[in-house]
Amino acid sequence: MAAAMPLALLVLLLLGPGGWCLAEPPRDSLREELVITPLPSGDVAATFQFRTRWDSELQREGDTDHYFLRYAVLPREVVCTENLTPWKKLLPCSSKAGLSVLLKADRLFHTSYHSQAVHIRPVCRNARCTSISWELRQTLSVVFDAFITGQGKKDWSLFRMFSRTLTEPCPLASESRVYVDITTYNQDNETLEVHPPPTTTYQDVILGTRKTYAIYDLLDTAMINNSRNLNIQLKWKRPPENEAPPVPFLHAQRYVSGYGLQKGELSTLLYNTHPYRAFPVLLLDTVPWYLRLYVHTLTITSKGKENKPSYIHYQPAQDRLQPHLLEMLIQLPANSVTKVSIQFERALLKWTEYTPDPNHGFYVSPSVLSALVPSMVAAKPVDWEESPLFNSLFPVSDGSNYFVRLYTEPLLVNLPTPDFSMPYNVICLTCTVVAVCYGSFYNLLTRTFHIEEPRTGGLAKRLANLIRRARGVPPL
Amino acid sequence: MGLLSDPVRRRALARLVLRLNAPLWALPVAWLERTMRSVGLEVYTQSFSRKLPFPDETHERYMVSGTNVYGILRAPRAASTESLVLTVPCGSDSTNSQAVGLLLALAAHFRGQIYWAKDIVFLVTEHDLLGTEAWLEAYHDVNVTGMQSSPLQGRAGAIQAAVALELSSDVVTSLDVAVEGLNGQLPNLDLLNLFQTFCQKGGLLCTLQGKLQPQDWTSLDGPLQGLQTLLLMVLRQASGRPHGSHGLFLRYRVEALTLRGINSFRQYKYDLVAVGKALEGMFRKLNHLLERLHQSFFLYLLPGLSRFVSIGLYMPAVGFLLLVLGLKALELWMQLHEAGMGLEEPGGAPGPSVPLPPSQGVGLASLVAPLLISQAMGLALYVLPVLGQHVATQHFPVAEAEAVVLTLLAIYAAGLALPHNTHRVISTQAPDRGWMALKLVALIYLALQLGCIALTNFSLGFLLATTMVPTAALAKPHGPRTLYAALLVLTSPAATLLGSLFLWRELQEAPLSLAEGWQLFLAALAQGVLEHHTYGALLFPLLSLGLYPCWLLFWNVLFWK
Repeated sequence: MAAAMPLALLVLLLLGPGGWCLAEPPRDSLREELVITPLPSGDVAATFQFRTRWDSELQREGDTDHYFLRYAVLPREVVCTENLTPWKKLLPCSSKAGLSVLLKADRLFHTSYHSQAVHIRPVCRNARCTSISWELRQTLSVVFDAFITGQGKKDWSLFRMFSRTLTEPCPLASESRVYVDITTYNQDNETLEVHPPPTTTYQDVILGTRKTYAIYDLLDTAMINNSRNLNIQLKWKRPPENEAPPVPFLHAQRYVSGYGLQKGELSTLLYNTHPYRAFPVLLLDTVPWYLRLYVHTLTITSKGKENKPSYIHYQPAQDRLQPHLLEMLIQLPANSVTKVSIQFERALLKWTEYTPDPNHGFYVSPSVLSALVPSMVAAKPVDWEESPLFNSLFPVSDGSNYFVRLYTEPLLVNLPTPDFSMPYNVICLTCTVVAVCYGSFYNLLTRTFHIEEPRTGGLAKRLANLIRRARGVPPL
Repeated sequence: MGLLSDPVRRRALARLVLRLNAPLWALPVAWLERTMRSVGLEVYTQSFSRKLPFPDETHERYMVSGTNVYGILRAPRAASTESLVLTVPCGSDSTNSQAVGLLLALAAHFRGQIYWAKDIVFLVTEHDLLGTEAWLEAYHDVNVTGMQSSPLQGRAGAIQAAVALELSSDVVTSLDVAVEGLNGQLPNLDLLNLFQTFCQKGGLLCTLQGKLQPQDWTSLDGPLQGLQTLLLMVLRQASGRPHGSHGLFLRYRVEALTLRGINSFRQYKYDLVAVGKALEGMFRKLNHLLERLHQSFFLYLLPGLSRFVSIGLYMPAVGFLLLVLGLKALELWMQLHEAGMGLEEPGGAPGPSVPLPPSQGVGLASLVAPLLISQAMGLALYVLPVLGQHVATQHFPVAEAEAVVLTLLAIYAAGLALPHNTHRVISTQAPDRGWMALKLVALIYLALQLGCIALTNFSLGFLLATTMVPTAALAKPHGPRTLYAALLVLTSPAATLLGSLFLWRELQEAPLSLAEGWQLFLAALAQGVLEHHTYGALLFPLLSLGLYPCWLLFWNVLFWK
């Protein structure tokens, strides 16, 4: 079961035009797919991916200048249908046809995990990268919980998950497929049964393990015409036990330690559970300026020993202008927990800088971990255009590693907060009234008054004087 | 201490327990883990161990090791930034297993709901408060008390509020609520109001300090009963002990209270569904909180669940008491000044610019010895009992815990007998000046200490002020010395503790006999020292390092030669 994680990260990644996609892509193409992964706990994960690509000549910049890489986080965003509606409008078929008919808000928000993203990037159209296309990729992942959505039952169907079934493909789509993970966990027999039986299957290495998927192609007319709709059903042959889910090779945890309102410590625990491979991790931290970091207290320990990062980039914060930026490349030893901790002091804000709910606390954005995680099974390099979209979520670099980017949980830190209650308001009000009264009284008492002769004539007189001065006659 | 009064037998048992080092009842960790997981929680365990400074005879433990089990219910659409805690502390026997059952039932019910905005941690701790302390320290990644524990695998953000649940029997006739925490800290009053609202809604019978709520505040009985409850609260808050595992949460600014299901053999019984409904209501309300509880009051005294005495009302009382010390000090200062002027005037150098004549400087120097000696006594009182317990057990037929308590009492009494004034008679002209200067210093010292205590733990400050201030103001080496000495001994910190114990049991309508009182006093001393070492309670160092030396100064004044 996946832990609830923030949807909040709408990260716009502008990757440089790499030599990824060398084949000539069709113009304005749409590919959509849905991956259904039953989890060993009895929950089920569903991931939608929609990729639109168009060849219009948008503005073209030169080589990506790293000074123009931008990174911004809004850690406070909560999951809400307001996020979904504009996101759905970007789809060519909106929610009228194809896979997007399943995107019903009341079911999608009845889940235990929700993650939604938009990626825009330029893609090279040829090897020399003389022309580029733009790619808009939208992903939505949800985990349906057997306890909440399934009312304890662990057999799933599309109707049970989304309260809809698939009836027709999106007419604009060049590819519209549903993949169901039917990997057998046990050697002896199949654990899962899918209905209707799939026509084709697909095998690949995802996240370092070999997986088998059943494919349902919506463009295949036989698939829908048989029964007017497609309702894929999953039945466990043996009901899964409530066992702890398998632990991924790389995971992380972040927390604030200490108590009191003066000092604290930000700690990040990085777990490498790989039995024998060490691998490096790039850790990016942005910390708001009102937590004043003491960089000399930065300690990185793994297995009780100090772990020296091979690269550190630190950009100190400027009050009210920019946050701290800390980037480190850390080698994680095999089968270890690495603790990165740094102490901070909580700053006092100006009284107008507090949020309307200051006692809620202030958010600290998640750390970002980027790593090439070694995989157990060697993967062969694949053709990006031909393979399914979910394959490129975790791109394989050289067959033995796959790329993972993790976001830790955001943190909530309490700052020393004045008592914004009635006495405080009274003090503020009284001070304002006193200041205003005092100011005006003082002004009145210390000012000296002169009686000035009223000016007459105005513009006409001034013009006349100008002319008189030019003529050498004394002015009026 | 009552069970094993023979020291030899007690020592033998202590050794046996030490050797076996196996608790008679242990938490069924594997079962709990399995059950919580089947309910759908993320389950983690934490093991901890702690060697107490000396054997705890009340709870019969010395080398403690245990395991905490906790399950986290992740809120569906939140990012694990905030959480609520429901904790059940389990002791050395299975007395609280009803509460574990209710916790599991609540967890199963909560898991099926979609509305949670904060994670909920269901925590079952072993060795009641020790387990809670270990978990809290590990959660906040600090080590305050020298607890050895494994780091936590799962966390759930900043804890906003916590409720501790204790059910001693499966039949509940009333719910008692405890608010007093470590060092007299109190949770926000809104949390208590929340509880009271749900008690009224569910028709539950709620008690405070084990007392029923007075219905009729207009007649004399209501206020009298309120006063009793208030006094009980003052005594419990003054003790600085965590009265329930909620008390340890307060250090981390987590608003918390303990609910105790009591079976007082009344006619109306509630099944656990009623208690569960009240808890569910509280958690749903807390779940809706946008900010931490910060409004209303953190400093209050409770004569009833629906009434409170605010800090603005009670603080002047202690202020006036401390004013006595200030005025007395001023009077002494004037007298000293006049005496100094009287000496100086024949010399012909009067002047307000020289308030301290040279002879007074000598007087101040003579104060150094008594001050140092009394502080050293305080330090000895703080350090020696625990440090010297093994020496004491080798030479006397006592157990470790008894050795600590008896050493404590011995040092305390020795402080009275010690000759403090090493001074010779310095100035024959003004023999009074020495003690006056000493008393002046002692008065200011006492006023400062009591002022600070009253600000942090009002009850303790007030209790000490009412007992110590009058005799401190009276003490002088003239007049009825024996009467003053008796008064001073009766108002010393230890005597105040003894008196408070009697008063406490009297208010609870379970009066003590003298012998019982003495046993309870000894147990309370041992508990005080233990709680300082295990939870960081500050009453013991405060009394031994602060108030006892100060009190010795007054003793010194009384017997000034």
